[in-house]
Amino acid sequence: MNDILAGLIHAAHLIFTLDADLIEISVRSLRVTLSAVVVSSLIGLPLGCWLAVQRFRFRRLVIATLNALMGLPPVVVGLIVYLLLSRSGPFGVFGLLFTPTAMIIAQVVILTPLIASISHQAIRDLWAEYHDLLISLNTTRRQRILTLLWDGRRALLTASLAGFGRGIGEVGAIMIVGGNIDHATRVLTTAISLETGKGNFSLALALGFVLIGLAVAVNLIIHSLSRTEVSGRW
Amino acid sequence: MVDAILPLSVENAQVRRRGKVLVGPITTTVSETGLSIVMGPNGAGKTTLLRLLHGMERIAPGGQLNWQVPEPKARGQQGFVFQAPIMMRRSALENVAYPLIIHGMARSVARDRAKAWLARVGLQGSAEKRATVLSGGERQKLALARALIRQPQILFLDEPCANLDGRATREFEALLLEIHQEGTRIVMSTHDIGQARRLAQDVWFIHHGQILEKTPAETFFEHPESMEARAFLQGDIIE
Repeated sequence: MNDILAGLIHAAHLIFTLDADLIEISVRSLRVTLSAVVVSSLIGLPLGCWLAVQRFRFRRLVIATLNALMGLPPVVVGLIVYLLLSRSGPFGVFGLLFTPTAMIIAQVVILTPLIASISHQAIRDLWAEYHDLLISLNTTRRQRILTLLWDGRRALLTASLAGFGRGIGEVGAIMIVGGNIDHATRVLTTAISLETGKGNFSLALALGFVLIGLAVAVNLIIHSLSRTEVSGRW
Repeated sequence: MVDAILPLSVENAQVRRRGKVLVGPITTTVSETGLSIVMGPNGAGKTTLLRLLHGMERIAPGGQLNWQVPEPKARGQQGFVFQAPIMMRRSALENVAYPLIIHGMARSVARDRAKAWLARVGLQGSAEKRATVLSGGERQKLALARALIRQPQILFLDEPCANLDGRATREFEALLLEIHQEGTRIVMSTHDIGQARRLAQDVWFIHHGQILEKTPAETFFEHPESMEARAFLQGDIIE
């Protein structure tokens, strides 16, 4: 109990003194995960929508695979991205290993199936509702997808936020591909892991509280910007 | 001037699902003018017939729809109002403007036209309301405005008044008659005999997916040819 209390006090101290290291790694955490969420959303939202609208032979198999990939172990993703980006790997020439870019790439791999799968489920219901109308109005597939993405934007926001939630708390993959290098690739989760290992519980807890606060703050900001839950139903 | 798509000739058209014949085979003609009412007991195939004509059902091999213009062109000249109106998650105005915008009209022009249509169906006060909060009657009028905004030559309606109260039904019927007088071909299904009497110029009586009768309204109501139609008009249950 004392540890937790000490952690809270430590966290408050770090925040109110605007600790430079804390701000640096918090900003890096946000930058990595938000970039990954944006890229994953750009891929995952249209992909989920397309899977809902399009009928093709192995559709069920693809969707089942996508759902299974939601549970992709981050450590394994980290390992594979590591091998791809390492000097001897196929993308070694870019020298991306142990950079924030590598961390973003790993998180995109983890988040895209999640975002695609959740958006697919939301859009599938909307498509069932709109199907006859959009067919009757003679829309092209592209128009259908754009219409569904626009009218389903609130549900899709949830998909992206779920992706953010998974990304901001993720440690396995970014630890491997980022290397937790101070002032280069250290983020909140990897710092917590490190401080816990060192037995520095109050600092680890302080970082943990900052992480939770950050996740809650981002969700609240996005909700208020998009004005969801303001009007009764939609 | 847009090319006329009617008359439509239907040849041997049949809709099957899982080996079961839902409608057809039907061979008939849809004339250029008129207000036709499709009648028949529940499950007779009214909805499927309308969807078939509108090109929303896959026609079994051997059958076809022949419009006067190529199929893709004919599609843009048709409107369809569903039994349960489909409300897009947008404002009423955006719902009505949608078909115009999706087919390339400038947003501002489309919105002006949508406003005019909303006024015409009596929804001018609800333009900015979300379509999903409208009442049943308002929704159906909205769906009518949306189906008509591209000025189709033929309008299909699938039991549009099935869930409306008396007043909404009366207003809806008045609108339909107006539109018909302006030259839109109307094909509408209903199982409300009173409504059929009020509106029909000719009646298509459907049973087991077949058009049993296709006669002027007076003939149908005074001297129905088939036994099934006679029984239906008397209010008997027909199987």
